[in-house]
Amino acid sequence: MSEHTSAMHYVKIWAVLLVLLIISVLGPMLEVKILTLITAFGIAVVKALMVAAYFMHLNIEKRYVWYLLVMMLLVVGMFFVGTASDIMKPDGRNWVNRAAQDLRTPAADVSADSQQQAPTAH
Amino acid sequence: MTEQNFWQKYIFSTDHKIIGMQYMFTGMIMALIGGYFAYTFRMQLAFPGTEVFGFGTVSPHEYNSLVTNHGTIMIFWVAMPVLLATFGNFLIPLMIGCDDMVFPRLNRLSYQVFLLSAIVLVASFFVAGGGFGGAWTAYPPLSAQAKYNMTQYGATLWLIAVALEFVAFLLGGINFITTLMNSRAKGMKMYDIPIVLWMIVLASILFMASVGPLIAGAIMLLFDQTLGTGFFDPAQGGDPILWQHLFWFFGHPEVYVVLLPAMGIVAEIITVFSRKKLFAYKTVLYTAFATGVLSFFVWAHHQFIAGIDPRMANVFAVTTLLISIPIAEMLFVYIATLYGGSIRLTAAMLFALSFLAAFLIGGVTGIFLGASGADIYFHDTYFVVAHFHYTFFPIAILAVFAGLYYWFPKMFGRHMSETLGKIHFWGTFIPFNLIFLPLFFLGAAGQHRRIYSYELFSELNSADFQNLRVLATVALIVMLIFQLPFLYNFFASMLRGKVATANPWQANTLEWAAPSPPPHGNFATLPEVYRPPYEYSVPGRESDFWPQHEKPSGESKA
Amino acid sequence: MSTMPIATTRSMTGIPTGRLAVWWVIGSEIVIFGGLLACYLLLRNLYPHWGESAAHTSTLAGAINTFVLLTSSLFVVLAHHAAERKRHIAAFFYLWLTIGGGLTFLLIKAFEWSYEIAQGYTITANLFWSYYYTAAGIHASHVIVGMIIMAIISFDVLRQRNLPRVELIGIYWHFVDIVWIFLFPLLYIAK
Repeated sequence: MSEHTSAMHYVKIWAVLLVLLIISVLGPMLEVKILTLITAFGIAVVKALMVAAYFMHLNIEKRYVWYLLVMMLLVVGMFFVGTASDIMKPDGRNWVNRAAQDLRTPAADVSADSQQQAPTAH
Repeated sequence: MTEQNFWQKYIFSTDHKIIGMQYMFTGMIMALIGGYFAYTFRMQLAFPGTEVFGFGTVSPHEYNSLVTNHGTIMIFWVAMPVLLATFGNFLIPLMIGCDDMVFPRLNRLSYQVFLLSAIVLVASFFVAGGGFGGAWTAYPPLSAQAKYNMTQYGATLWLIAVALEFVAFLLGGINFITTLMNSRAKGMKMYDIPIVLWMIVLASILFMASVGPLIAGAIMLLFDQTLGTGFFDPAQGGDPILWQHLFWFFGHPEVYVVLLPAMGIVAEIITVFSRKKLFAYKTVLYTAFATGVLSFFVWAHHQFIAGIDPRMANVFAVTTLLISIPIAEMLFVYIATLYGGSIRLTAAMLFALSFLAAFLIGGVTGIFLGASGADIYFHDTYFVVAHFHYTFFPIAILAVFAGLYYWFPKMFGRHMSETLGKIHFWGTFIPFNLIFLPLFFLGAAGQHRRIYSYELFSELNSADFQNLRVLATVALIVMLIFQLPFLYNFFASMLRGKVATANPWQANTLEWAAPSPPPHGNFATLPEVYRPPYEYSVPGRESDFWPQHEKPSGESKA
Repeated sequence: MSTMPIATTRSMTGIPTGRLAVWWVIGSEIVIFGGLLACYLLLRNLYPHWGESAAHTSTLAGAINTFVLLTSSLFVVLAHHAAERKRHIAAFFYLWLTIGGGLTFLLIKAFEWSYEIAQGYTITANLFWSYYYTAAGIHASHVIVGMIIMAIISFDVLRQRNLPRVELIGIYWHFVDIVWIFLFPLLYIAK
């Protein structure tokens, strides 16, 4: 299917990927939080898209393969969103997840008993 | 093709029909085990502490294990293999007019993995400590630590069996989806595909999309059990609620994974036996899509009292009530198909109609549980038990029997006895209602699930409660006895039944164009498709059916 | 018995059957890895102190491994390139370079893990390490499976059979590479 591309084309893509890799390693060394997020995760997305488009040939594949893969990503996203308020931010209104709050500060000295208590209302 | 010996032909076959039957017979054996478990623990509930005929006295630990494995078996080893794998394997290549699945050897592998999973599950009953007893939902920390569940080996084997079963259905599902997408007969466009195939493939996609997080979760739980990690252990910073999300993110779409094929089977049977075109083919299809999409937005209604965020409980209550719309729409469409048809009440049709009636009750009672306020009261009572049996029983038993009676002539080339079939139908359907209607009352009166003996709960131990429990148990025994005519009918008809023609029901879809039973390779010449699958009683035509593969002639093109 | 059914040769969608199936395999893998990483991310956001544990991972080893996998991805796409042009010897050669890449990846991982375990950071040390070993372990098992399938295909290719399969294993290998591209920042870079 990739009749028009030469082997050199792939080597070029690979070189770009390596440059991106170096940036993603060096970026976080500046220790700026926002920069870490952009360089580490933004570049990971770019790299993944490049591998998908050029190495997996999604750029010349039928469109609905994209739809299929994006659909699966959306399913994962739905799982994340639906679960996040319980697991990631366990502090809804009128509701305290004491076990999780105690654990968030690792130094806090809490006995095993109080950690296993069910979440209680105010 | 050279002559194959018994092993090549029936055990290590790559033929889709044989593999479908392997799934069917494995599913039937597992159904007998699951039914036996149900009989045992129902006896314990009706007559606590007495010796159960065929088992002995039931200890609390055995009771937990029986209930857990009854649920696991009926969903993963009966509903899934029979609805998805049996009908999927048997019907997909025949109904799209090709000779086999696209990956026959992958198909065989999927059955072998499935068989292995069944063996592992059955083995888990016999290890030291007994079978796993932490409910089919396997909530940690009960399921994660042997010091709580007291079944160190049983719990791990149970988990491995379930994981293997997932792998088998992923392999099978990829095969189903690819086959339907790529290998349809010439001329079979999107809207010419019989509804049952759409449903089976949609179900496979739903399964594939929803099971992923749970596979990851199963690995995490396995590590919790065997290595002592703390993924779900609050003492180590893990979160047991996370498992509940992982489980129900799969567990709720799973309901639709088995519902959709059942709906599809019923659609085929209702159109054939009312000699009418399916009312609103596209509506059925789009509602199935809508159901599939919505099924990913409802899972947390299982966790309303588990301590989830109340803000999310609001959202999930709304989405849960929303999903009743497409399901109700589908039922309306089927009833509209019946309207004005010339209905033939064969055994298959009776089962299909009873599916609609029973599932309606199951669906309507689900509304109470989907509303988060009502669910606080109903949660974990027998109301829930009755509700999901009114959904799963029609799906896994009534629709499956409908399908078996309908496609039996194609599978084995002979007819089943209609008289025995009708006896079987009434002997199944009436006791089924008598089992589960009492459970609605018991649940509404506050009877809690997963209780070994109500003798210890004075307010639940009065005579009127106990009478209802005995009624349910007696009805169950009657229903199990009425499966004997079916088993006799099934196996006797296979050998001595009336020989079936290629198209005994005068149906339109392509599987009836093949001989009964179809040989290896299915069709002498692969058919082509000229019209949609439900052209029954077309005005101006002499016969009241119009097979999809029949070449259009000059006579009438109405 | 193992003659290919007519069904396999049909292609109503315009995508060859084998490749269509591989896309669905990848779809099912996305939700498996996605589910695991979603759990990790949720807890990682809840517990900022996981960064202290993550500081003990070796960014260098992770970066080298990313480089190794990216390079092996290049080799397997070159194998596909060669197979398309019926240069089966070249395809065989590139496939084995890819397998070599996988082997290098696993070796580095083995050194890295034995060093960490020797320091006491085992899978039960704390929840971060549990996720670290589980996620990387599931990924490594995919690398191993990919290498085995690739070895089987390579000998078919040498006999000039089933050349399109080079593309199929290639797509799978790239997917494994992509998973690592995300694991690398998640487990190593974010401190």
